Amino acid sequence: MGRKLLLEHANVPGIETFEVYRRNGGYRSVEKALKTMSPQNVVEEVQASGLRGRGGAGFPTGMKWSFLAKPEGVPRYLLCNADESEPGTFKDRYLMEKIPHLLIEGMIVSSYALGCNQSYIYIRGEYMWVLEIVEKAIAEAYANGFLGKNILGSGYDLDLAIAPGGGAYICGEETALIESLEGKRGNPRIKPPFPAVKGLWGCPTVVNNVESIAAVVPIVNDGGAEYAKIGIGKSTGTKLISACGNLVKPGVYEIELGLSVEEFIYSDEWCGGIANGKKIKACVPGGSSVPILPANLITKTAEGTDRLMTYESLAEGGFATGSMLGSGGFIVFDEDQCIVRNTWNFARFYAHESCGQCSPCREGTGWMEKVLRRLEHGQGHMHDIDLLAEINKKIEGNTICPLGDAAAWPVAAAIRHFREEFEWHVTHPDEAVKRNFGIASNHMPLV
Amino acid sequence: MQENWTHKMSISVTHNYTDQPEPEFSAEKLLEVQRFINMYPEGKQKSALMRILHLAEEEFGGWLSVPTMNYVARLLNIQPIEVYEVATFYTMFNIEKPGKVVLEVCRTGPCMLVGSDQIIEYIENKLDIKVGQTSADGMFTLKTAECLGACGYGPMLQCGKHYHEHLTPAKVDELLDTLRKEHSDK
Ligand SMILES: Cc1cc2nc3c(=O)[nH]c(=O)nc-3n(C[C@H](O)[C@H](O)[C@H](O)COP(=O)(O)O)c2cc1C
Ligand code: SF4
Ligand code: FES
Repeated sequence: MGRKLLLEHANVPGIETFEVYRRNGGYRSVEKALKTMSPQNVVEEVQASGLRGRGGAGFPTGMKWSFLAKPEGVPRYLLCNADESEPGTFKDRYLMEKIPHLLIEGMIVSSYALGCNQSYIYIRGEYMWVLEIVEKAIAEAYANGFLGKNILGSGYDLDLAIAPGGGAYICGEETALIESLEGKRGNPRIKPPFPAVKGLWGCPTVVNNVESIAAVVPIVNDGGAEYAKIGIGKSTGTKLISACGNLVKPGVYEIELGLSVEEFIYSDEWCGGIANGKKIKACVPGGSSVPILPANLITKTAEGTDRLMTYESLAEGGFATGSMLGSGGFIVFDEDQCIVRNTWNFARFYAHESCGQCSPCREGTGWMEKVLRRLEHGQGHMHDIDLLAEINKKIEGNTICPLGDAAAWPVAAAIRHFREEFEWHVTHPDEAVKRNFGIASNHMPLV
Repeated sequence: MQENWTHKMSISVTHNYTDQPEPEFSAEKLLEVQRFINMYPEGKQKSALMRILHLAEEEFGGWLSVPTMNYVARLLNIQPIEVYEVATFYTMFNIEKPGKVVLEVCRTGPCMLVGSDQIIEYIENKLDIKVGQTSADGMFTLKTAECLGACGYGPMLQCGKHYHEHLTPAKVDELLDTLRKEHSDK
C-alpha cells in the first residue's frame, strides 16, 4: 500500500464533521503555521516540497505563490478552483465530499501564507450537494474559531466563502473563473496582466486546484523536505488519480508518484485490470485534453523503459509517443472501443464548451466536430483526415486561452496513432454506420 | 436548445417575454439572498448573481423567465442585461420552461465507454421523445450534459441536485417510476 497523505482518513465514519476531523489530527497545520511560522516560512516549505499544481498544468505551486504581487493597502485573494470539468476527472469532488475540512484547512494555511484575508472556493454548479457539504464544514470551522477574526488568537483574520458556477467547462481556466466569480460570463481574459498582478476585482490573485491546496496541509505538518521524499525527481508527493473507462475497479486512488502504469492498471490493489477480461486498446492518462496513447505506449515508453505515473515519464517521447499526467483523469479504452467515435465525442465536448470569443477556437472546434462526425458516420472522405490536421494548425497558438489547443491536440494524437481506423471509416462506410453503437443521440443533420 | 454552440453569441431571451408580474422571494429566502451578497465586499454584490439565479430557478418553477431575471437584477441593483448575459452563457440555467422533471444524461467520452449512448436511447424510446424534448404529459424533459464529474460511476444522469450513477435500463425504469410518483400531484 502506498502512503496516503490526503485520503488517509477519508473513510473514517463522521470525518465530514469538525469534531471527528479534529480528533483525527485535523487543523494541526493551522495551529503550527499561525503560532510558529511566518507566512514566508510556509511559502518556503511549499517551495521545498516540490509540489506541482494538481489542476492540470503541473506548475510548481511555491513558485506561483512567490509571483504574487503585494502592493501596500491592496487586498489579495486566494481562489480555490473546484470547477472540475475536464472529462475523466472526478477527484476533487471525491475529496470535498468525503473530507471537506481538509480543503478548508488547506485554504486557511495557504491564505495565511499569501496574506489573504478573504478567500473563495469556486465550485462547479452541478456539484450543488458538494457545495452544501463544504459550506456546512465552513460554518463549523467558523464556530470553532478556525475562521473569522483573530484565528486562534494569532491576530490573523480570514473569511472563506463558496461560490457556484453554472455549467461551463471554460470556468476552470483561471481568468474565466475570475470573470465568473465577478458575476459575469466566463470569457477568459487576455494575459498579461496575469492574475498574480491583476485578478479578482483587479487585485493580485492566486488560483489553485482543490488538491494542490489540500496538499499544503501535510506539507506544513511534516515539512516540505519530508513531502519531497515521496516520488521521483520533479514529481514529488502523492497524486489523486480518477480512473475510469473499461476498468474492473474504476474510482479515485491516491498514489505515490512514481508507481508504474502497469501496476496501476493491472494490480488488484488499484484498478484491477481491464473489465470483462478484455484487452487494453488505448489510454488517455490525464484528462481529455492530453494525447491518447496506443496499447504499446501505455506501460512502456518508445525506448522500452517502464512508463511511470510521473509528470516526466508520461510525457516521455513528447507529442510523438508520449502524453501528460494532466489532471489525473485516467481513461482506459478496451479493445472494442472505437477511437474515431471517441475523438468525435471529445471534439463535440470542446465545440460545446468553447466560450466563443476567439474565432479560431469557436469556428475551428465546430469544424473539427462536424468533420469527425461525418467520418464517424461513414460519410467522410480521405482528405478529411488531412483537413483535420489543417484546422488544427489554424487553432493552435492563435487563441486567448489554452482551450483551443486542448481541443486540437487530442485530435492530432488520435490521428497520429490510429490513422488506419480513420481510413477504415472512409473505406467501409456501411460497416461504420452499422456497428452496434447506439447512435440515437445523434439527431444533427450530417454535413 | 441543444447543439446551439455556434450561435452562442446570439442567444436571445426576449422570446421568453411574458407579461407576468415579477415573482418575489419569501422573507426567509430574502435572508438567504442577503447572506449570499454578504460574502462579497461592498459594491461587489454582482458576484452573488449565480448563487441567486440557482435559488431563483429552484423557487420559481425551474426556469428563468424574463420577469424573474428582471427581479434578480433589481435585487442586485444591476441592469437586466447583465443577468440575461449570464443566464444565457451557463448551460445549467433554463431560459425556457422545461418539464416538471429534467433528466440530464452525461454523454461525454468516459461515460460513453461504459454505455451512455445506450442509456440515452433507452430513455428516448421509453418516453417517446428525443433529446431536447419534453414528454407528452409534460413530466420529463430529456437533455444531455457534458462530463458531470462522475466518470468512474457511469453511465449517469443528473436530476435536480441529485446524481444517479451506474445506470442500467432496470434502474432507469425504477427511477422514472419514483420520479413520476413524487411529482404527479405537483
Ligand atoms: C480550459 C481549461 C479548463 C481548466 N479546468 C480546470 C479545472 O476544472 N480545475 C482546475 O483546477 N484547473 C483547471 N484548469 C487549469 C487552471 O487554469 C489553473 O491552471 C489551475 O487551476 C491552477 O491550479 P494549480 O496550479 O493548483 O494546478 C483549466 C485550464 C483550462 C485552460
Ligand atoms: S480559446 Fe476558445 S475558450 Fe478560450 S477564450 Fe478563445 S474562444 Fe474562448
Ligand atoms: S464523462 Fe460522464 S461524468 Fe465524466
